[in-house]
Amino acid sequence: MSDLMAERVSLSFSGKPVLRDVSLRVLPGELHALIGPNGAGKSTLLAMLSGDRTPASGAVLLDGKNLGEWRPKELARERAVLTQDNTVTFPFTAAQIVEMGRAPWQRTPAEDEDERAIAEAVAQTDVAHLMDRTIPHLSGGERARVALARVLAQRAPIVLLDEPTAALDLRHQEDVLRIARDRARAGDAVVVVLHDLNLAAAYADRITLLSRGSIAASGTPSEVLTAERVEEVYGQRVEIIERPGRPPLIVPLR
Amino acid sequence: MSGAQAPARTRLSGHRLTGRRLALIGGLAIALVLAIFISLGLGQFPIAPHEVWNLIIAKFGVSVPPAAPGAEAALWTVRMPRLLLGVLVGAALAGSGLLLQAIFGNPLADAGVIGISSGAALGAALAIVTGMAALGNWTVPALAFVGGLISVFAVYMVSRSGGKTEVVTLILTGIAINAICAAGLGFLTFLGNTSSREQIVFWQLGSLNGALWKQVATVFPVVIVGLIAAYLVAPKLDLFALGEKSARHLGVNVEALRITVILLVAVLVSVAVAFTGIIGFVGLVIPHLMRMIIGPAHRPLLLASVLGGALLVVLADLFARTAIANADLPIGMVTSLVGGPFFFWLLIRTRKSQGGWA
Repeated sequence: MSDLMAERVSLSFSGKPVLRDVSLRVLPGELHALIGPNGAGKSTLLAMLSGDRTPASGAVLLDGKNLGEWRPKELARERAVLTQDNTVTFPFTAAQIVEMGRAPWQRTPAEDEDERAIAEAVAQTDVAHLMDRTIPHLSGGERARVALARVLAQRAPIVLLDEPTAALDLRHQEDVLRIARDRARAGDAVVVVLHDLNLAAAYADRITLLSRGSIAASGTPSEVLTAERVEEVYGQRVEIIERPGRPPLIVPLR
Repeated sequence: MSGAQAPARTRLSGHRLTGRRLALIGGLAIALVLAIFISLGLGQFPIAPHEVWNLIIAKFGVSVPPAAPGAEAALWTVRMPRLLLGVLVGAALAGSGLLLQAIFGNPLADAGVIGISSGAALGAALAIVTGMAALGNWTVPALAFVGGLISVFAVYMVSRSGGKTEVVTLILTGIAINAICAAGLGFLTFLGNTSSREQIVFWQLGSLNGALWKQVATVFPVVIVGLIAAYLVAPKLDLFALGEKSARHLGVNVEALRITVILLVAVLVSVAVAFTGIIGFVGLVIPHLMRMIIGPAHRPLLLASVLGGALLVVLADLFARTAIANADLPIGMVTSLVGGPFFFWLLIRTRKSQGGWA
């Protein structure tokens, strides 16, 4: 089973600490949301978990092995990453982009699943009607969904999503989180960076709240999202509306 | 990704040679063969098509009626090596242009525009002026390779930041490198004796005039190996279009790919430049046109570009040696004559559709 964990990782950018002694474990079957104000270190932490950044101290381990020691191809079969930047330099069609998600599985037995993985990812992300269009002709939201389809088609047991809802309308935001939760229910480990606290509260199994490079709290949504803590970390007063049997609502006090 | 080499296995449309791709590649191949055949017959010493055919099959042991006196020499010692060198150079230039565009993520990258050709030319000129012959036939291409490699690394280091290359930075870097190399070439022209001077001047204009079989023999294996290697890395270049990070997330060893492609570009450009000088714009025009027809997937695009580049150089050379009676125009002039307006058109079209290059 894929077991990804950050152990007391720290990193500074030009002398300014971005992450301090952060430890985090990504569990299979769990949708894990990283939240926090701008500059709290969410995306940096995700970049470390994906292997894009190396911690200055501490370590990120996948199955007990440092991420840096993994061969790129093998790593790509373990984890898929959706970055915030979905630009594509040449006018590939959406279909070609989604197919690229299968690249890590070339010449492996899993190649037989290519077609199914692609069809499923395309259906989940609601992009079937875009397949023949080229990327420059898509809107920001369509592009983001095509990129997500590529990441899903990769079928890696660990899925890391950096602000996947940023460019999306209301319905597609819900869709993305629903897909992420389904993946977690199916046994994958899903980590998602989110800004919307209500989305996090509604869908996440576990929330890690980052504040100025450290973990302020980690636990179930109701454990983490208390009015006092949100106000302390975000500097904004909120009201938490508890609703029996349904996720709480976080409303800023205006 | 594997559609091309494993047709039995299934499905992914990414690299399969179907429909439009097959039509384009097949059409270009046929056009290239025809252009070569026609070129063999035309020139100061015209040879009738059936005689061209007879002279070719005679080489394969078929007995044919004797040709007109001088025809065999014109065809086999003058035109054939010239044409084959043109084919190889065109293929190498178009292939290198495509590789550069892929790795810079930028449709304007071209060996001439960004200064790699002039770096290679400087290396080659150094070999000529100093009369170096340490590596025999390979001395000039080897020094061209060193010059090309230094410039391509310089461009890469200077013009990239954060995994991307801005068009303006890329073009300005090219201007700087072209300027430095022009100064070097100027100095070598000043130092050289009359004959090497003339050689250098012709180089900067590019010419297939006086191509020799031994040059073809030097260029051939290098271009073939370089293009096969390019074909093998082509699927990874598709992933590179997603950006370096996403390519890495999909299992590409980005650093290794980058070095491989830079070396390939230096190899292809240096053998293209070593004996024929700077033939500009082939690497810019051809991949661009092909991409507009069959899209950006790199494997089919490489095949189409290689054939298209060869075709363009063969046609440009035909024009260069037949446009004015008894004169052999520099081919670099001809390709620039095509490439310059094409560049203009590209500029206007891009400005209209997306407000210029960011």
